Amino acid sequence: MMTVSEMREEVAGTDAAIAVRLHRVSKLYGSFVALRNVSLTLPAGSSVVLLGENGAGKSTVLKLVSGLASPTYGGVTVFGERPQSQRGAIGTMGHATMLYDELTAMENLTYFAQMNGLGESRSELEHIAASAMREVGLDPALTRHVSEFSQGMRQRASLARVLMAKPQLLLLDEPFSNLDIGSARGMVERLIAYLSEPGEDGLARTLLLTTHQHELARPLAKTTVTLSGGQISLIEGDDAVVAGTEVTA
Amino acid sequence: MSYASIVWGHLRKDLRLELRTKDSINGMLFFSLLVVVVFALAFDPTSFPTIARQISGGLMCVAVLFASMTALNQSWARELNNHVLDAHRLSPSPASALFVGKAIANFLSVMVVELVLAPVFIIFYNLHPLGDSWKLLLILPLGTWSLVVNGTFFAALSLRTRNRETLLPLVLLPITMPSLLAMIQATTAVLTGDFEPTLWLKVLVAYVVVFTTICVLLFETILNAD
Amino acid sequence: MNASSTNARPNGSLPVWAYLYIAATLAVMAIGFDKAMTAPTEATMGNLYRVFFYHLPHAILSFIPPYLNCIASLLYLYWRSRNIERAQAADAFALASAEITVLYASIGLATGSLWGRAAWGIWWAWDARMTTYLLLWLLYVSYVLLRRFAAPGQTAIISAVLGIFAAVDVPICYMSIHWWRTQHPAPVFGGGADSGIDPSMYPAVLWNMLAWAMWGGLVLGIRYVIERRRQQKAAAIALGFLGNEPQEAL
Repeated sequence: MMTVSEMREEVAGTDAAIAVRLHRVSKLYGSFVALRNVSLTLPAGSSVVLLGENGAGKSTVLKLVSGLASPTYGGVTVFGERPQSQRGAIGTMGHATMLYDELTAMENLTYFAQMNGLGESRSELEHIAASAMREVGLDPALTRHVSEFSQGMRQRASLARVLMAKPQLLLLDEPFSNLDIGSARGMVERLIAYLSEPGEDGLARTLLLTTHQHELARPLAKTTVTLSGGQISLIEGDDAVVAGTEVTA
Repeated sequence: MSYASIVWGHLRKDLRLELRTKDSINGMLFFSLLVVVVFALAFDPTSFPTIARQISGGLMCVAVLFASMTALNQSWARELNNHVLDAHRLSPSPASALFVGKAIANFLSVMVVELVLAPVFIIFYNLHPLGDSWKLLLILPLGTWSLVVNGTFFAALSLRTRNRETLLPLVLLPITMPSLLAMIQATTAVLTGDFEPTLWLKVLVAYVVVFTTICVLLFETILNAD
Repeated sequence: MNASSTNARPNGSLPVWAYLYIAATLAVMAIGFDKAMTAPTEATMGNLYRVFFYHLPHAILSFIPPYLNCIASLLYLYWRSRNIERAQAADAFALASAEITVLYASIGLATGSLWGRAAWGIWWAWDARMTTYLLLWLLYVSYVLLRRFAAPGQTAIISAVLGIFAAVDVPICYMSIHWWRTQHPAPVFGGGADSGIDPSMYPAVLWNMLAWAMWGGLVLGIRYVIERRRQQKAAAIALGFLGNEPQEAL
């Protein structure tokens, strides 16, 4: 007999309308179990916040979805394909900035714009970098070295690096850590604006983030998924998000 | 966006970082100078000009090898700051372009060290090459590239290990032995004029072609190993 | 590879053919020993030359497992994302073949050194063959070292990459050392394998060659089975942590 969620899988399959699908994923580091049989489906357009204590497996989920790590057991797909083949569509921001301290903000963003294949000529790339910086309000600091930036400015520059590529799926790992309330609110507003823009092929953009400051993320995320001990313990909100516990039961 | 322009983008970034921090080039220059002085104390080159001619090719290559070893780890360490390497692993551009760009950047800085080192050697070791000196213009770049291409690759591989500073020479030296031998033999041939360096140039060319190909083919595998 | 036998017999017993192979190896080694000890005494070196019957097989055979290692490494990289079970088997085989390379080359070097002492009066000469074996030994010792240093979970992939590099390096090493020694005629002493062996020594050489090849196959097989069991034990522990739900391979 089919459960409701299995029927939903039948219908949706590996359709591109499903942004992220984790199917019975376990991830082991040596004999440490980071994730234990986790299943999770995020339809395109959903905004999900992952909650949980340190070591609950939040970052591991993001690593698997971004393609930085592969699951030990089970499968992960992003828009119906391996995450590694969807790199252009995924934007990842970690707690580290992923920027070179010794380069200016402009040099950093132009470089990453080129690596993401966003433009052909140097002037085109510089234009993209400059407008990305303007959108996060950093345009006065374009020619300053990132090492001179405050923590808040670094996070905004990092956000500009990610949003510049117009990713369909945004993965944010602790984006508000080390930020004062004002900067964090500003970042949330920028994210809400980004998510409300229509994405490619008319599909809505998808967000998956982890945070300790759930209050800050509340305006962003319609659904919360709580992890503990490498398993999903609670899902609140939108029921289109399917947890593994129900699938295997 | 063509492959070459992406390589150029990586190369530009690496050169720019190196010019701003000068971490590895200063270290390499001073280190190789120290090696030259230490060897000179050990062998007393001015009293034995023939011996000096016979061994100084080898000494210079060894000095360059050890000096470049200090820079190779450094060249990847800067990608680990702020987890920039993760950004590369997540980037849709070809991984091997990152490798080629960095290998060229390392090659250029080691060549600069050699250009500074060569006159120092000639002065300190009182050298008058007896063979065709111009052949050094082929030998040194080829030999340097053969050291640097594998070195860059194995430094990236060592990122995934404990004690990566210790591991790099242990893995790199055995693999590099044929090219080091060829480079030393060819340099010695030019300095002493005893024999022709042609054979060793051919060995170097073969080694460079073979290992550059393997490095480029396998780089993505080690970059994305998890 | 006897993956099927190890998978099918978790209780630790070996299949019959394995016992037969062990018996055959021991028998051939006994014959080899007998032939080596009863071959006619050499004119100049006397009985000391008999170390040659041990040196030659090890030296020659040490060039085979590097290529087994390379093939297993390539198979590992191919199967890594397709079939984790086969990939692990290939990795175990790569490890076993690298270690047998080190073993053959170590024995080859040690017996070569003994021979050198007896024939030339010195323990070591930087002649073409000895230097080549030294480099081969260094290459595969560095492979074994890398496996110890690698972060857990990444050992297989980075050692597979090094295995490919090392195997490609072996012929280049061989040729360049050969040219190095022939271009500078240093005191290269006569003797060695291809300077002509007396036909009366053929049986001893051939039996010992076969004996040490079989012995190498046996050691390699044992090492492979041990590594496979270690992998299966690690997987079982991991699955134990995961609970009893069956896991789907990638």
